[in-house]
Amino acid sequence: MSCLQTIEDYGLRAVGIGERLLPREDFTLCHQFTLIGSGMIWNVYFGLVALTLGFFLATALAMGKASSRALFRKPCEWFIFLFRGSPLFIQFFFAYFLFLNLKSVHPFFEPFTAAWLGALVVLFFNTAAYSAEIFYGALLSIPKGDIEAADAYGLSGWSRFKRVIWPTMLRLAWPGYTNEAIFLFQSTALVFFSGFPAWQQRGDALYYASYFADKTFNPFVPYPILAFYFILLTLVVISVFGLVNKRLNRHLPQNTRQKIRLRPNLIR
Amino acid sequence: MACYLTTGKHMSIYTSVLTVLLLLGITAPIALAFGFGGATAARSQIAPLRWFGKTYIAIVRGVPDIAFFLFFVIALDQAVEYLRHKVLCPDWEAPIRQGNDFVVCQAAKMPLGNAPQWVHESYGFGLAVVTFAIVFGAFAANVLFGAMRAVPKAQLETAEAYGMSQHQTFWRILVPQMWVYALPGLSNLWMVLIKATPLLFLLGVEDIVYWARELGGTKTPRFTDYPHGDWRMWYFLALLVFYLLFTRVSEIVLGRIMSRLTSGQATSGGEAQRKAAA
Repeated sequence: MSCLQTIEDYGLRAVGIGERLLPREDFTLCHQFTLIGSGMIWNVYFGLVALTLGFFLATALAMGKASSRALFRKPCEWFIFLFRGSPLFIQFFFAYFLFLNLKSVHPFFEPFTAAWLGALVVLFFNTAAYSAEIFYGALLSIPKGDIEAADAYGLSGWSRFKRVIWPTMLRLAWPGYTNEAIFLFQSTALVFFSGFPAWQQRGDALYYASYFADKTFNPFVPYPILAFYFILLTLVVISVFGLVNKRLNRHLPQNTRQKIRLRPNLIR
Repeated sequence: MACYLTTGKHMSIYTSVLTVLLLLGITAPIALAFGFGGATAARSQIAPLRWFGKTYIAIVRGVPDIAFFLFFVIALDQAVEYLRHKVLCPDWEAPIRQGNDFVVCQAAKMPLGNAPQWVHESYGFGLAVVTFAIVFGAFAANVLFGAMRAVPKAQLETAEAYGMSQHQTFWRILVPQMWVYALPGLSNLWMVLIKATPLLFLLGVEDIVYWARELGGTKTPRFTDYPHGDWRMWYFLALLVFYLLFTRVSEIVLGRIMSRLTSGQATSGGEAQRKAAA
C-alpha cells in the first residue's frame, strides 16, 4: 500500500472521514505521520476557535477589571481569578463531569459532553481569563499622555476607546499575547488526555501518538512526530502574530518597536 | 454522610492531599537551591562552571512543556538502573538495550522486585520530586540570574571600595539585595508549581486526581455499603476550590513578604513606602 493511499484513507480520520478501522499491525512511518497529522486538525480547531472567541471576551474582561465601578470590576476579577488560579487539568475534569450531570437535567447540554463543544468552552474561558490579565496589564501601562491627547482632541467614550485606548492596549499586550496563543495551542493536547473521551477513536494528535506508543511499545517514534507537528504549528503562530505585531507598530520609529520575545511557559 | 466521608478510602484522598503539600514543601527549597547554584555557576569566573550554569538555564528557553515531565522520569529511572546494573552485575553478558526493551539483572531493579509496596510508592514519589526540582530549578536559576544582575552596580562598587573581597561582596551585598528583584519571578514560579502538581497523576503517583476519579465514580449497592450516583463532579469541585484557596493564600502571603523585602530598598516600591510612612 502506497503512502498516498494511506493519506487518502486516514488523512481525515480524526473527523470521521475515511477508513473506519485504525491500522492494527505493520505500522509504517507513513501511518504514524498521517494519523497524528490528522489528529492535529482537532488541535488547530480548538486553538483557533478558542483564541478567536476568547479575544473578544478578554477585551471585555480587561475593560471590566479596569473599571472604577465595583459592579463591573468584581465579577471580572473573580472570573479571571477562577480560571487563572486553578490548573487547567482540573478544570477539564470538572467541566466534563458537570456537563454529564447537567445532561440528565436537560437534553440541551447533550453536545457539551462531547469534546468538540465542552472542551472548547473550557479552553475559551481559560484563554479569555489569561489574555484578559495580559490586556489589563497593558491597559494600565498606556502612556498617560496618549489618553490626555485623546481628551484634548475631544474624543470620548466609544470613539476614544476605538481609536486610542484599544490599539495602544493591543500594541503593548501583543508580545505577551503571542506567548499566550502559543501556549494555548500546546495545552489543547490536554483535551483527550483528561476527561473528555474520544468518540469512535476520533482523537487529537496526542491521542493517536499514545495509540501508536501503546501498540508498538516504542515512544521514540510517535512523540517526536507529535513534537514536530507542534513546532510547525508554533512557527505558524509566531509568523502570523509577527505580521500583526508589525502592523500594530507601524507608526513607531524602528528603534522603539517592540519585538516579540519567546518565553515558553511550563503549565497552566 | 459525615461517616461516609471518613471511610478508609476517603482517608487515602486526604493523605494524597498531604502528598501534594509534601511534594510542594520538599520541591520548593530543593528547586530554589538548584536555581541558586545554577545562577551562581552562570556568574562564575571559572569558564567550565559558567558554561554549565548557562546551559542549565538555556534548558528553560529551549524545551517547553510537559515533555520534561514525561521524559525525565523515564530517563532518571533508566539511568539509576543502568548504574546499579554496572556495579552489581559486572559479569552480565547480554546487552542492556534489546530493541525497545530495557533489560537489567534482577539485583539492579529499582526498587527491588520483592520490596514492599511503600518502597515502590516512595520511589515513584522521589523520582517525581527530583523531576520537579530539576525543571523548576532551571526556571528559578533563570529568575535569580536576572535578579543578581538587577542589583545596582553602584552597590557592588561601594562594597569593593570598602575593601570587601569578592566572596564578602557576594554574600553580604548581592545576596541580601537580590531577593526583592527575584520575588516577582519566584512567586510566579510558585504559582506555576502549585498548578503543576496535578501532573503527579500523569507520573503515576496516586494523587488527588486519581482518588477523585476513583471515589466519585458510581457506587452500586453490591460492591459497597454506601451506594451513590456519579459524584465525580463534586469531588473535582472540591479539588478546584482547594487549588483556588491555595493560590489565594499564597498570593496574600507573597504580598506580605514583598512589602517586607521592599522596605529600605532603592526601588520605586521602597520609595513609595517611604513616602507613605512620612
